Amino acid sequence: MGDHSHGDPNTSGTVATAGQGQVEKFQDPGLPPHRPRLADKDPRAEKRAERQVAILFAVSIIGTLLFFVGYFAIRLDESTAISTLRLQNMLLGLGTAFAMLGIGVGIVHWAKTLMPDHEVAEERHEVRPEEDRQVAEKMIGQILDESGIKRRPLIRNTLLGAGVLAILPAIGIFRDLSKNINPDVLRHTMWDEGVRLARDPEGTPIRAADVTIGSAFHVIPEGLNDLHEGKLNEKAKAVVLLMRLNPEDLQVSPGREDWNYNGIVAYSKICTHVGCPVALYEQQTHHLLCPCHQSTFDLTQECKVIFGPAAHPLPQLPITVDSEGYLVARSDFQSPVGPSFWERG
Amino acid sequence: MSSTSAPDTYTPKTRVGRIANFVDSRTGGSAMVKEFGRKIFPDHWSFMFGEVALYSFVILLLSGTFLTFFFDPSMAETHYDGSYVPLKGVEMSVAYASSLDISFDIRGGLFMRQVHHWAALLFVAAMSVHMLRVFFTGAFRRPRELNWVVGGVLLILGMAAGFTGYSLPDDLLSGNGLRIIDGVIKSIPLVGTYISFFLFGGEFPGTAIIGRLYVLHILLVPAIILLMIALHMFMLVVHKHTQYPGPGRTETNVVGYPVGPVYAAKAGGFFFIVFGVIAVIAGLFTINPIWNYGPYDPSPVSAGTQPDWYIGFVDGALRLMPGVIGEFPFEYVIFGRTLTLNVLLPALGPAGILFTLLFAWPWIERWVTRDDREHHLLDRPRNAPTRTAIGVAGFVWYAVMWAAAGSDLIATHFLVSLNDVTYWLRALFFLGPIVAYIVTKRICLSLQRKDREIALHGRETGRIVRLPHGEFIEVHEPLDDYHQYRLVNFESPEVLPAQPDANGRIGRTEKLRGRLSRLFFEDRVAPVTPAELEAAHAHGHPAVEEAAESRTSEVSRH
Amino acid sequence: MKALSQRRRHPLAAIALLLLGLLVTGGLYAVAGTVNEAKAQTTTYSAQDVEEGEKLFVANCATCHGIGAVGAPEGAHGNQAGPSLVGVGAAAVDFQVGTGRMPMQMNGPQAQVKPVQFNDEQTRQLSAYVASLGAGPAVPSEEVLDASQGDPAKGGELFRVNCAMCHNAAAAGGALTRGKFAPGLDGVSEKHIYEAMVTGPQNMPVFNDANVTPEGKRDIIAFLKSIETEGSPGGAELGSLGPVAEGLFIWTAGLGIIIGFTIWLTQRSS
Repeated sequence: MGDHSHGDPNTSGTVATAGQGQVEKFQDPGLPPHRPRLADKDPRAEKRAERQVAILFAVSIIGTLLFFVGYFAIRLDESTAISTLRLQNMLLGLGTAFAMLGIGVGIVHWAKTLMPDHEVAEERHEVRPEEDRQVAEKMIGQILDESGIKRRPLIRNTLLGAGVLAILPAIGIFRDLSKNINPDVLRHTMWDEGVRLARDPEGTPIRAADVTIGSAFHVIPEGLNDLHEGKLNEKAKAVVLLMRLNPEDLQVSPGREDWNYNGIVAYSKICTHVGCPVALYEQQTHHLLCPCHQSTFDLTQECKVIFGPAAHPLPQLPITVDSEGYLVARSDFQSPVGPSFWERG
Repeated sequence: MSSTSAPDTYTPKTRVGRIANFVDSRTGGSAMVKEFGRKIFPDHWSFMFGEVALYSFVILLLSGTFLTFFFDPSMAETHYDGSYVPLKGVEMSVAYASSLDISFDIRGGLFMRQVHHWAALLFVAAMSVHMLRVFFTGAFRRPRELNWVVGGVLLILGMAAGFTGYSLPDDLLSGNGLRIIDGVIKSIPLVGTYISFFLFGGEFPGTAIIGRLYVLHILLVPAIILLMIALHMFMLVVHKHTQYPGPGRTETNVVGYPVGPVYAAKAGGFFFIVFGVIAVIAGLFTINPIWNYGPYDPSPVSAGTQPDWYIGFVDGALRLMPGVIGEFPFEYVIFGRTLTLNVLLPALGPAGILFTLLFAWPWIERWVTRDDREHHLLDRPRNAPTRTAIGVAGFVWYAVMWAAAGSDLIATHFLVSLNDVTYWLRALFFLGPIVAYIVTKRICLSLQRKDREIALHGRETGRIVRLPHGEFIEVHEPLDDYHQYRLVNFESPEVLPAQPDANGRIGRTEKLRGRLSRLFFEDRVAPVTPAELEAAHAHGHPAVEEAAESRTSEVSRH
Repeated sequence: MKALSQRRRHPLAAIALLLLGLLVTGGLYAVAGTVNEAKAQTTTYSAQDVEEGEKLFVANCATCHGIGAVGAPEGAHGNQAGPSLVGVGAAAVDFQVGTGRMPMQMNGPQAQVKPVQFNDEQTRQLSAYVASLGAGPAVPSEEVLDASQGDPAKGGELFRVNCAMCHNAAAAGGALTRGKFAPGLDGVSEKHIYEAMVTGPQNMPVFNDANVTPEGKRDIIAFLKSIETEGSPGGAELGSLGPVAEGLFIWTAGLGIIIGFTIWLTQRSS
């Protein structure tokens, strides 16, 4: 055996020597004697096992038939009820299962009861004989020697340099996976001064009077639904949650005094953790919860993080009303929405 | 092989022989038959998880091929016009619409989708259990270290295949999953934003990602998996299978059944069994009901948004990490750049630690034990208490993160507070592995003591006998040689203290190795020796065992 | 559409158009003008109902909500035993009492569903009394509850945007902060779903008629009822809990069955 520097484990020196040390190891009694099976001794048992295997194969045939009953007896069209589809799925599943299990269990039962069950010992051979390794080593040495790569460093180094450079195009060619890479687009959304707040998904504008205390509106910028290109990209940044609180409940920091309208506040719905929509508004505790990783934001403290993995508050959208009483944005968000990124600053 | 010019001297007599001869004289197949026809494979239920994984993969290829004929990985917008009423007329991507068509308008499509998804879950689960089996029995030791690494790569590839597939239907659940991935990628310093732009072909979600994931899912990842499986199988053949220790089983042989016919029949039959089990599950249990989730739209989200189980531990780690402790956020702005440790640490930390340890473990153990021998006999987990304890500690750590991924469901189903669940799991994240290590090690040692006890005194029969002088004793039945050998024949390495090198100095790493060796082997229960057994039989009773193991409690004192 | 355009010169077309116009203006007016939907009471309460309701209220509810339902004074930590019920409307009472949430059994993160304590008549009387204290959402009419008239696809869209984040996309329920939760909606009656939307019980936000129109609410109800009655085409739903339930299933049942087979397969036959 190859490299058994510590010897065969059965006689290894590292093994405990706990006794008085006459005989350290028990004698291996060898393979236990073969115990004949019922089918080996009793021809009737053998016959029975044979029948069982055949029955199992027959079960498989029935399973295949069941599959075709499920497949051809039920057609899918507009009027198919869900329960019919469920029945078909069940028939296909059970049909396949019987077809497969019948064959599988049958073969295994056959192998277990009727094929010889004598355990056999086979000698292992070495993974890699010593001589082979020496021959291979010598061969590689000869190959290297004949190629002269060691003796001619100029050739070797230029080849290495060329090889490294030759890989670069394979990486560079993927540059156009994204035509425009400008992290600054992450700072801007569709919101702008005068853009009306509209209901998601209808896109109808919202009056300040519609927003009663305790209600929560899911908001998109008006005009989003008219976009033909990049609608989801814009929506992914622009979605807003609109809520009304008692104005006394709001702690407003300096500079944000005119960002709410009579206690109506709008916050980005995109979690600052990894970007799930933070849409779970608890109207009594005024907490916003993200259902993905449980970041919790306190609406009364300008959406400060009070629990969970997010590290900065949800950005607030400054809002007011226009002359017709509809809620409009005063500007875009003052900080980038959604998860942080390296260039966010 | 026969020479090209001279006619064959061998003339087969049977028809099988003639076919075989035809094939062999053109391909050299008889060498294969000679090599594999009667190759011996040991038989044990715990050896079959690799097969389960392999068969699940075959089923994935079959069902996946079916699905590709009907799936259209386009993110173009369309209005659904299929059979499912609650989504009629809803705006969605072509990818989602074609997934709905597979489910509702193509006969057997729903069944194949469910087969494919259940098989994917089973594929990764079977690989995981297989790796646990290999770890706990020490099957990764020389000469199988590289095959262990290939197995680890396969596990990662399995997760990659699963994740890319999970996102394809472009439903609300997977879309939010992709958004989370986007958030995680953006947290990578320096290049994160760029990687995100490259992946999505611009801003999230864009119109490219499904097509790109599709190519990865049906071409690149499965091709690499196939390659790795080939490598894995090749090494398995070269090494031959390991076997559990027992009478007649040594380091130099392999005991079991020949491939033909018994093992081939069992392994072949087992493929059909695995297929059958997946078919039952797919026929009776819904998986990934995309029609419930609706099309992807960045505004909605569903409560209980989680990834498939194998990504769960990363999601759980993301949940456990506090973003702010007191007033101290884990997000810094340095020189105008943002470092998002609250995302970066949990997303990459635990997975990185787990896989680094997993890949490095064969070498770590070899270094600590200084054991460079080939091992073809497995360890029973109890006979390697420290390895088993470390493995269980690692698993508990993983399981805590796993549980965290379902923290909201734990809260609703056990009527506890979501926040409390998170607090407890945060504590368990640190304490769980420590407790698991200590408890597992003690359990292993106790089991070893129990084995020792049985080897010395035989089995308790439950028969109480009253001796003439009035004493009651329980009769113990001595073991036969075969059972005896099973209990006494194992290796029990001892502490190998730090060794001085050639200059007679003990280096720092060697000191560390010495300490680790102490941690590994200080507590040990030595196997019974023939002398001890003889002494036990001579006295009829225990006393002797204390010579070897003073802390062994005398369960059977009489 | 072709058929429609052919009939545009039909004598009744003008009348139809007029009706349509009226409907649209009326509808728009309803949407824009009535925010707190104290619409025409669908059920009218008699003075006797109010009187009986008050008696019931004093006996069963006033301990927490105070005499006259003005709410209990705030406790030491700002906790309030019961909020004021002035202006919550009959719908709130009908929901809270009709689902057994009120009277509360004990204090907790939120009121739990339990066997209903009052019969329909008593619930009606309690609603009458509370409705008499101030204008609020009324018990909805049969018409807006008729799921068969709703559009489940439209309702599904509204449900996903407004409800799914708490109640789960398949209405299986979900967790909120600190022990609160959004219940599963399986088996909840049309009336109670509607009332919950207009009154915002516990921590649920209010979805007034300006936010989700009564027709929208009916669509949502239609969606919920359609997924409730039809079930999943794929078989058992595993609680509609998503990948966690599926993962748990494959690790327990799936691997369990497989291990059973492996043990049988490697065991020697007797």
